[in-house]
Amino acid sequence: MRKLTLPLDKETVASLKAGDPVLLSGTIYTARDCAHKRIFALLDEGKPLPFPLKNSIIYYAGPCPAPEGKACGSCGPTTSARMNSFAPRLLDLGLGGMIGKGEMNADVVSAIARNKRVYFAAIGGAGALYGNAILSSTCVAFPDLLSEAVYKFEVVDFPLVVAIDSAGNTIYDR
Amino acid sequence: MRTIDTKEIKDCVYRLARKAGCTLTSSCRAALTAAKEQETGAAKFALSSLLENEVVAGREGMPVCQDTGMSVVLIELGQDVCLTGAPLKEAVNEGVREAYRDGRFRKSICDPLTRVNTGDNTPAHLHLDLVAGEQVKITYLPKGFGSENMSRLFMLTPAEGVEGIINAVVETVRLAGSRPCPPVYVGVGIGGAFDSCALLAKRALTREVGSRNPREDVAAIEEEILSRVNKLNIGPQGFGGKCTAIGVSCELAPTHIAGLPVAVNIQCHCVRCEKEVL
Repeated sequence: MRKLTLPLDKETVASLKAGDPVLLSGTIYTARDCAHKRIFALLDEGKPLPFPLKNSIIYYAGPCPAPEGKACGSCGPTTSARMNSFAPRLLDLGLGGMIGKGEMNADVVSAIARNKRVYFAAIGGAGALYGNAILSSTCVAFPDLLSEAVYKFEVVDFPLVVAIDSAGNTIYDR
Repeated sequence: MRTIDTKEIKDCVYRLARKAGCTLTSSCRAALTAAKEQETGAAKFALSSLLENEVVAGREGMPVCQDTGMSVVLIELGQDVCLTGAPLKEAVNEGVREAYRDGRFRKSICDPLTRVNTGDNTPAHLHLDLVAGEQVKITYLPKGFGSENMSRLFMLTPAEGVEGIINAVVETVRLAGSRPCPPVYVGVGIGGAFDSCALLAKRALTREVGSRNPREDVAAIEEEILSRVNKLNIGPQGFGGKCTAIGVSCELAPTHIAGLPVAVNIQCHCVRCEKEVL
């Protein structure tokens, strides 16, 4: 299986086609419903974000607490469609892409194609598999949100499928 | 008359919650294994990952899915049982609280408006039935919300009949698409009223995947829905394929002459449900 290391350069992103399975390694940031609301509030107020948006990958996820001796607990993806209203603006501001589960709407597909980015599907329900592939985890923003806070993860060989590619093709076309 | 201290119920809820969070039901595992053989490409990759995931969860002592769910607790309480000790609801909540703390499970319950987390996954969603006898049967169903969000309730007319029921369920699964973590397990409530119909659908999800309703006409509806859903080509994770649902269970209750309520409760492929009789 093809291995990718973050950050992804333009040529690599262009070579990814919807349906390709990949193993992704590098730094990613979690954010889900509540964190997105806070990020948007910061953007609206013109304040700096707690993590660099440019070329970063957001993982739509909220982890379980880490068991003894591990960096993170179970941490599979959450339903990406709930972030449909947030993703286009972040992509236009330079976000490198997203990881989540399930389809995203036409606005997101257009924003991905317009910015030449990528959306990866993680396998929903495979929480232990992903949690086990997280080597380190640091809370970088909104700790009061508990599992919904923003965590910075170092991950190794995350099993993913390219779900929306930079040309705007999706694996969900039926 | 039999006396049971609610501490026994607390301990039982604890055991069931700890086990359910880290294990698929055997009928779910068998259905996913069978589905994997039918699929190719990304869909097969998804199912292989899920089966491997449960092995990793067992080995590492981690929950199978990070959405360790809303704690749905169904209790059938024999009316010849005399409960002593802490109030039943408190005992159930304490079992959940301790299980989610010790199991390192995610606490996913929050105020619906402020979104402030309750911090311990309580309150549990408790359904109590008084039944004959002196046993207590406890069913623990951790319910993930990616799939719960895709659930629907229909108030059909009697004229719409069986075809209307089947269409409502298939349409619900079609609209859910890739979002509820397919292949899904579909719980269907038929009859009752607005409130009880939804509970029938939830109870249907406590049945073994692949089981059939003992009523032949209902079993035929289950088969027909499963067959139609699996022609939608949503497939595992929405990647396309033959297996969009691993099972369909329908539960019935008498309804009013003017109505035909139908509730569809979607469960993701991660079917976790544990039962014990005290």
